[in-house]
Amino acid sequence: MAEALIRVEQLAKEYRMGSNVVQALCGVSLEIAAGEFVAVMGPSGSGKSTFMNLLGCLDHPSAGRYWLGGQEVSQLSGDELARVRNRKLGFVFQHFNLLARTSALDNVSLPLLYSGMSPPERKRHAEQRLSQVGLAERMDHHPAQLSGGQQQRVAIARALVNDPQLVLADEPTGALDSRTSVEIMALLQQLNREGITIVLVTHEHDVAHFAGRIISFRDGKVIEDKPNAANDAAALLQ
Amino acid sequence: MNFAATLRIALLALRINKMRSALTMLGIIIGVAAVIIMIAVGGGAQARVEEQIRSLGSNIIIVMSGSMTSGGARGGAGSQPTISEDDGYAIGREIEEIQAAAPTLRGSGQVVAGNANWSTTFYGITPDYLEVREWAVVEGRGFEQAEMNGAGKVVLIGQTVAKNLFGEASPLDQVIRVRKVPLTVIGVLDRKGQSMTGQDQDDILLMPIATARKRVLGSALAKSRSVGSIMVKVNQGADMASADARMRELLRQRHRLQPGQDDDFFVRNLSEILQAQEASSKVMALLLAAVASVSLLVGGIGIMNIMLVSVTERTREIGLRMAVGARANDILTQFLVEAVTLSLIGGVIGIMLGIGGSMLIAQLAGWRTELSAGSIVLAAGFAGAVGIFFGYYPAKKASRLLPIEALRYE
Repeated sequence: MAEALIRVEQLAKEYRMGSNVVQALCGVSLEIAAGEFVAVMGPSGSGKSTFMNLLGCLDHPSAGRYWLGGQEVSQLSGDELARVRNRKLGFVFQHFNLLARTSALDNVSLPLLYSGMSPPERKRHAEQRLSQVGLAERMDHHPAQLSGGQQQRVAIARALVNDPQLVLADEPTGALDSRTSVEIMALLQQLNREGITIVLVTHEHDVAHFAGRIISFRDGKVIEDKPNAANDAAALLQ
Repeated sequence: MNFAATLRIALLALRINKMRSALTMLGIIIGVAAVIIMIAVGGGAQARVEEQIRSLGSNIIIVMSGSMTSGGARGGAGSQPTISEDDGYAIGREIEEIQAAAPTLRGSGQVVAGNANWSTTFYGITPDYLEVREWAVVEGRGFEQAEMNGAGKVVLIGQTVAKNLFGEASPLDQVIRVRKVPLTVIGVLDRKGQSMTGQDQDDILLMPIATARKRVLGSALAKSRSVGSIMVKVNQGADMASADARMRELLRQRHRLQPGQDDDFFVRNLSEILQAQEASSKVMALLLAAVASVSLLVGGIGIMNIMLVSVTERTREIGLRMAVGARANDILTQFLVEAVTLSLIGGVIGIMLGIGGSMLIAQLAGWRTELSAGSIVLAAGFAGAVGIFFGYYPAKKASRLLPIEALRYE
């Protein structure tokens, strides 16, 4: 069997809150293969966000190991993790996190700024990704001139611009109305069909059911991990 | 991440908050402009003082006759004719530090030319006088040796006298009467302006010392060789104190004064004035520097304050940048460049304002200002340093944020 894209073993994270030690994640082990579309579910405090932060190399685990694309990343330093995020990961956030008063194009090319790409190359990549998410006509628009759905598309283009091995989406539809949510899910599904691995965090079942696999968390542990017959968001829009 | 990109991000961030950036720069602008204006005004004042001292001659020693006591009342310096023309020649001849020594006789009186008249001061001089005072004859000629020896009836006049007696007409070869003695004007002296004490140095007549003694000042002095003062110029670079001491010794010898006996002459030295002036201008410069650095300091604190606000306000942006691959150093550089850009733009505006302000002061107040490249470089350097110094802490703070916490920041 080929090496899984994501492999975590006994991954744990504890936070110190004064004298209390909170076990946010206690010994999670799982694998995610390249090309999967995984939804991570669970109520707040279940550990799903902590799990996402660890997958996203935004935080260090307290214990356990994590391999991303064959490279062990659980022991890397802060700057090395920044490099991993820059080269291998793409992020989509609930509140888009676009830079205000900055054009869609510049927002999308932001990650390339930190990988040392030349300005014309950055522009070319960013234009390509914006076209891919259907915003070829709005490259010079600022976030304030775009609707919520369009802003999230810009954010998705930004997540894709560095050709990541994995896209992590944290409640990507949390700030959108239901129709726009379905549109965004259709886009993610389409990207997944084009071969991009997506891990999505949500607490909405409707959203989770667009994924091909659902992992449920509770009290820092995986309580359920099952394949899902995904709803086709594009068909739903018809 | 290359520097050009960092600079662009910084400029963009500053453009987004135009008003705030402008207000932040204001501190630096005022500080830098203040530095430049103060140094320009201070430099102008100093240059003016130096010029005045130079016009008097900073390496000049004046020897004056001693005082006379009559009926218990002591006269001022020069009231007793104790020094002679020959003392002057001896000083010039025997003391190597001395470039020239000019014995002078001084008098004053009414001068008449045609139907114009003017009251002025006249000096009987030797040609050394013009050398000592570094005074040139701009029209006509100086005295000839024959005129010096034979008490020639010739006179050199200062600009003020020329203007008052002759207006715009040429005074050359005109005859003027000084205390009723007719003298021919052979030359006009260069303009020297006011002395440090406010006297008009151009209000003067110069004649050969023999002429003054024998023809103008009258019989009392005619037979003696005594003079009122000797103006002595020390060689450039020579030690004033040692020249002074050797001259005193020579004069005591010539006057046959016993050890323990007081000097029968006074020695005045402009180097003391010069030293005092230098000391006061140093204090002035120090004061200006202190005021300027306080305003730059306040400007710097303003920058730090705004950068701290900016870091807090843009916490999510920092988190996002970190999430997409910015290293701690990239964030540090970004905010540092922002702070330095802010202070440098402020510095450039301040420099322009400072230059404009100095010119305006020169125009409106009529003060002399002297812009120096040094002060501009200093101000610009200081502004940059303020940006780095006060920008570092907020930038460091930004770079230490944890990505997840920064992203979650509301």
